[in-house]
Amino acid sequence: MRPSGTFRVVRMLMLLGFAVLFFGPLLAMLDFSTRGVDGSRTWDAWANLVKDPELNRAIVSSLLLALFTVLLMLLLLVPTMIWVRLRVPRATRLLEFLCLLPLTIPALVIVVGITNVYQWVTYLLGDSILNLTFVYVVLVLPFAYRAIESSLSSIDATTLAEAARSLGAGWWTVIGRIIVPNIWSGVLSAAFVSVALVLGEYTIASLLNYENMQVVIALLGKSDANTSVAASLAAIIFAFVLLMLLSVFGRSRRAEGR
Amino acid sequence: MTTAVTTQTEPAVAFRDLHRHYGDVRALDGLSLDLAPGEMVVLLGPSGCGKTTALRLLAGLDVATSGTVMVGGRDITHVPANKRDMGMVFQAYSLFPHLTVEENVAFGLKLRGVDKGARLKRAGEMLELVGLSTQGKRYAHQLSGGQQQRVALARALAIEPAVLLLDEPLSALDAKVRVQLRDEIRRVQVEVGTTTLFVTHDQEEALAVADRVGVMYQGRLEQVAPPTELYARPATPFVAEFVGLSNRLRADVSGRTARVLGATVPLLDGSVERGSGLALVRPESVGVSAAEGGDGNARVVTVGFLGAISRLQCRLDDGQIVIAQLTSAAASRLAQDQPVRVDVHADAVLVVPE
Amino acid sequence: MSRFSRLAPSLALLPFLLYLTVFLLVPTITVVVGAFTEGGRFTLSNITALVDPVTLAALRTSVLLSAVSALIGATFGAVLAYLVVTGGRRSWLRRSVTSLSGVLAQCGGVMLAFAFIATIGFSGTLTIWLRDHFGIDIFGSGWLFALPGLILVYAYFQIPLMVIVFLPALDGIKPQWREASVNLGANAWQYWTQVAFPLLRPAFLGATLLLFANAFAAYATAAALVSQGNPIVPLLIRSGLSSEVLLGHQHLAFALAFEMIVVVAIVMGIYGLLLQRTSRWLR
Repeated sequence: MRPSGTFRVVRMLMLLGFAVLFFGPLLAMLDFSTRGVDGSRTWDAWANLVKDPELNRAIVSSLLLALFTVLLMLLLLVPTMIWVRLRVPRATRLLEFLCLLPLTIPALVIVVGITNVYQWVTYLLGDSILNLTFVYVVLVLPFAYRAIESSLSSIDATTLAEAARSLGAGWWTVIGRIIVPNIWSGVLSAAFVSVALVLGEYTIASLLNYENMQVVIALLGKSDANTSVAASLAAIIFAFVLLMLLSVFGRSRRAEGR
Repeated sequence: MTTAVTTQTEPAVAFRDLHRHYGDVRALDGLSLDLAPGEMVVLLGPSGCGKTTALRLLAGLDVATSGTVMVGGRDITHVPANKRDMGMVFQAYSLFPHLTVEENVAFGLKLRGVDKGARLKRAGEMLELVGLSTQGKRYAHQLSGGQQQRVALARALAIEPAVLLLDEPLSALDAKVRVQLRDEIRRVQVEVGTTTLFVTHDQEEALAVADRVGVMYQGRLEQVAPPTELYARPATPFVAEFVGLSNRLRADVSGRTARVLGATVPLLDGSVERGSGLALVRPESVGVSAAEGGDGNARVVTVGFLGAISRLQCRLDDGQIVIAQLTSAAASRLAQDQPVRVDVHADAVLVVPE
Repeated sequence: MSRFSRLAPSLALLPFLLYLTVFLLVPTITVVVGAFTEGGRFTLSNITALVDPVTLAALRTSVLLSAVSALIGATFGAVLAYLVVTGGRRSWLRRSVTSLSGVLAQCGGVMLAFAFIATIGFSGTLTIWLRDHFGIDIFGSGWLFALPGLILVYAYFQIPLMVIVFLPALDGIKPQWREASVNLGANAWQYWTQVAFPLLRPAFLGATLLLFANAFAAYATAAALVSQGNPIVPLLIRSGLSSEVLLGHQHLAFALAFEMIVVVAIVMGIYGLLLQRTSRWLR
């Protein structure tokens, strides 16, 4: 049933309204960050993204954190989810509950109670911003779980595993060479969402006194607002491109795999 | 199967040269068809043949590119879907999940402003008609697929529509339920007497319930006729092969007859006029008997037991494979690899070019 | 099969369970225990401090901020989600809206704060434009850094979150329901009020609750915007952590965090119940 003409016009107008609402501030950020003294345009603030050593260090730290979080999350979560699916199906509800639990426990609460744990981590591994990886994996768990689960439940993992086992495959082969290639879109999705989340994380980093990208952006805001705004806009665009790539790649792979 | 056709001359539903094009694709390529009052016409064909498109154009859920749709003599081609007086049963998922069975059935009446008491009474009558009078207070997800479709039927009929539309209502159900439910639907339709258009891709279903069957292919109507005629006298090769099983046996045509496996058989209209061709012969028109002396012309390849009947595959001396249908009693006397005599005893055949 | 070999596969889950215990359960338990501890002994003084005028005011403001931003987010977000879903499942509009929503909802935090400083802050683009062209001063006394400003900025991650959460519900509306209603005689108004809205109501309410919990637990945006004062609970916790003694209570931060767990848990519990209802209908 085709929508009527008036509906289409109203819809277009409303979408335009939302576009103005959401892109307006982004454009303002562009204007603000390129404003020089007495009304000139300058890209100095943007150049600071690569020149300012503190900001640079923070950006690199955040990117490394994103990488390590994704790796640790995948290492921890993917085998566990597949194992539960294939061998311990009774634990499915428990796994789901545990993975969605971080949604109910705010990051702020976690950081209030985690200082003891992190004293141990620092004692064992030294004091590095990369220690944040451990708690970040917990933060991204619900989103990663949902992404992988939707992929996993769309294939008949049990049948694939049984077929592979009957041909002589061991469990690691089944997980690594049979199941994972077939849930690749879910894994990618989990990875991208985790990266976006880690890049935007502020709460835990700031309250544990680490200087990740968002913390530095916030600190800079007091002295050099232009650079902060430039960095914020850059981060928003980067994360947006990341998620757009995901939506393009995620879909097409699923279409191929069928 | 009785046909409740009255002596009215006005068809209840008329499609006149109906077209539905999507760019280059001709989903419906000039459909003209009349439905008599009270008749059940089944549109049969493979996916993409246009049968569902025709139904949806009648329902108003789609807009024709050209042509007209008339109901009771009135041109309704441009009447919006919610103003047409039709009841529709969809393939699946059409019951409203937040309403009880009773409320679902009464929905159309509620929209028409019928008061609560009268609505529920009528809903009760309809549920009784489809055999679900005890399920009124339950919800869709608590019913089986077959029960849900019966509720959908009750809901469509509750508003006393001029036309009943069924869009592959049995395709999503289990085989056994399908057979039971199609008889139910036919019984209800005859009892209520509503003109009905039923769409399906299952030829057995079509033959079992229809007053007339319209076979469609690539947007066009190949043939419309009562089931027995469709089966015995197919008008085109597509109909002959889509409806029932057909053997393709080499034949020689001269005059008004064809010579197949030594038998002379009258030709059906639409056949090749002279020369050689392939005769479309139904398995039950093929006879198989044990060869006596040297008069065998084939060997049995497989014997398939299907209960009351059996199907035999035989390889003729000239290499052709023939499928014959015999009573199981007759088939039990024949064995694999046995030399046999195969002959044809059809009333008429359609011969198509090779 | 012996008891052990039946349990053996479950042992493979131990690494995961241990990890969660250390990095999620231990902190949570620490908070709960700390809320009831002072100087190493059990006490209720932290909890009773939660009803002090200062803490109560923060709670009230937090609830107000969360509720208002949730309602704004829910209504505007539902409308936007509907506008997007009518364009088709794989349209570019849907992809870009979903991606941008993902960015703003999940990593918005600090960046949103700066987006607004750049727009309606003291030297924000809009502020300057309005001042120069119309003589209107929208910055005023700096309402951006108080409750009204927070509500506005929060809306900018609540609306996207609503879009993300509500789109699946809209996808669950089967076209057959619309076709069946139309076939039975319904016009657009009747379809929406008697079929679509009732079916979407649980999902809408659930999503609103989710938005409430999200706003209540949010920290980054407020932390970046507000440097003086502690109008809401998360900022009060920040004070409690940085200056060890707040209102004379060493562990008030723990008590406040505990309060947060309780509020969010209750809201999410109700959300879970509503989710069960809709998943049946809109599968």
